[in-house]
Amino acid sequence: MSENKKVPDTIDELEEESLSDSVKVLSPGRLVLRRFFRSRLSIVGLSILIFLFAFCYIGPLFVEYTDTTTFAIPREIKMVTEEHFTGADGKVYTYYDVSKNLAYDKAPPSKEHWLGTDPNGMDVFTRLMYGGQVSLKISFIVVLLEALLGVIFGGIAGYFGKWVDMLIMRIVDIFYCLPGLPLLLIASQIIRAIPSIHPNERLYWLMGILTFFSWSGTARLVRGQILSLREQEFMIAAEATGLKARTKIIKHLIPNVMPQLIVSMTLGLGQIILYEATLSYLGLGVPFPYAAWGSMISAADPSKGSEILSFYPNLWVAPGILIVAAVLGFNFVGDGLRDAFDPKMKK
Amino acid sequence: MFKYIMKRLLLGLLILFGVSIIIYFLVRNMPADYIDTQTAAQVSQGKLTREQVENMKALYGIGDNSFTGILKNYFTWLGNLLKGDLGISFVYGRPVADVINQYMWISFGISFTALIFEVIIAIPLGIYAATNQYGVADYTVTVLAMMGISLPSFFLSALLLRVFSLKLGWFPLLGLRDATQMLSGFPAFLDMLHHLVLPMTTLVLLSVGGLMRYTRTNMLEVLNSDYIRTARAKGLSEKTVIYKHAFRNTLIPLVTLLGGTIPSLFGGAMITESVYALEGIGYTAYKAVLQADVPFVMGYNMFIAVLTVLGILISDLLYMVVDPRVKLR
Repeated sequence: MSENKKVPDTIDELEEESLSDSVKVLSPGRLVLRRFFRSRLSIVGLSILIFLFAFCYIGPLFVEYTDTTTFAIPREIKMVTEEHFTGADGKVYTYYDVSKNLAYDKAPPSKEHWLGTDPNGMDVFTRLMYGGQVSLKISFIVVLLEALLGVIFGGIAGYFGKWVDMLIMRIVDIFYCLPGLPLLLIASQIIRAIPSIHPNERLYWLMGILTFFSWSGTARLVRGQILSLREQEFMIAAEATGLKARTKIIKHLIPNVMPQLIVSMTLGLGQIILYEATLSYLGLGVPFPYAAWGSMISAADPSKGSEILSFYPNLWVAPGILIVAAVLGFNFVGDGLRDAFDPKMKK
Repeated sequence: MFKYIMKRLLLGLLILFGVSIIIYFLVRNMPADYIDTQTAAQVSQGKLTREQVENMKALYGIGDNSFTGILKNYFTWLGNLLKGDLGISFVYGRPVADVINQYMWISFGISFTALIFEVIIAIPLGIYAATNQYGVADYTVTVLAMMGISLPSFFLSALLLRVFSLKLGWFPLLGLRDATQMLSGFPAFLDMLHHLVLPMTTLVLLSVGGLMRYTRTNMLEVLNSDYIRTARAKGLSEKTVIYKHAFRNTLIPLVTLLGGTIPSLFGGAMITESVYALEGIGYTAYKAVLQADVPFVMGYNMFIAVLTVLGILISDLLYMVVDPRVKLR
């Protein structure tokens, strides 16, 4: 509010200034935005996210091939074999055989392929962009579905109370107590094995199971909010005006739940990206040859041998950094939004 | 009090019943089939007929894969469970409870040590950040905490292995003990610790951030309350105000957080253990999922679910113990 404060030069000018000039009325939305942009971390988070979206969705426009295009780039490998044998004079001699071999995969970083190519001869940098699309798409859709389910079930439970609340909350409790990761593993294995699901459709099934195992948190949040809102004066007023239950829920309760819901959705986006990456890392995510950040890191899995882990950091460090950046970005923005929505936070 | 606990326990049983149904149906639909993989060679050589294999499956309790069949098997499983029998693991050939008991303690050791380190690191840093709100230290701690939360465990493990194991050679790459030496007694224990440094570091780095942020938020809330202003107005030193008056009340939410760590404390860290190939309960369960060891996977998942239910109950009770203002209904 201090930004457009003009310093009046004379007394006359000061008197001419009416109240409406000196006090700027800000809508609640504007206030939230203003508080959001005041925090340095939320700006950092937002920049990271804008960069990531540009990288994943605009980046591919500048590359004329896709994530599954293979390149055969010859590179020389020096093979040195040595053999020891005991000569006639009793000394041990070492015999070296130096030969050259040609390989066509795992090309080193070059001008055309900034991060080189992977063991299948696919361009790593391009795969990063397409992998990011997968992660972002999954996380956004899952979070929206979660919010939808959460608002429906949490809203019904919170508004109607009594046995409806009892029933829905017990179901929510059951889902809340399910062991997440082990069951996600099993569920994605089941999906992989169903022959009628085309590998390209597996992505949507993946979204489905991620939603299935994570909607309960949102439902709890919405229900809790609605329970406390229901007791407030404006809801009694709504009751007194004789509004329909539907109007009360959609017009009066849901908008008041939105702040908390948006914050938890933003923080949830990062969580879903981590889950998706873990599933891809275990080979249960988007099927080969399509790219996903998690499956790109799995090339460095030490149980598959330490060759890539130690000699080809260009293959697995970048996707890891992008995962961290994406989750960090969503967390920063989520935290910033929480502080911005919270009226107690006025500094 | 007693009535409350009884009510919660009964509710917990109801939840566990629902949980077990969902888990059982998922587990039974696992694509791999232990009997099929074990008998594939004999069947192709003609030593076993399909019929015999089907009989074997029925004996193992996984014969009928129709809905009613699974339901029937589920109630058999539930009946055995009520008698305290979790079944016999296909892969290990021993009671599931024994197998869990065998592999649980190594996971518990790792997680418990990691938890101690987390508390030692996170609480002082969180308090420090809160007392210097919006300062450089606060921003640094917040950013580091967020980085820790945002790291995927497998990526952090890969980075640590690349730097400290492959490049510098300080720590071994995989496993729990050195296979090239026969060790026993204290040297064996030291060797195990040496193998566990990187996994523990991974666990600490991953979860220290969350605890740090939690401490910071709570401390900030407490520092803004009236009695702190009173304490300051009395002219108490800043040190007394923070460590004597504020710190105690910060502990209230932290104590309840401990209840939430129970499942991961006993249930192991599946991904971290798998990356480092540690024979803990998490890695064992991961392998069991791949091999479709139905009784073991069931037992493991139920174990985690029971721990979760107990964890929630314990944190609610602890909340009442540490904060007498809270009344439980």
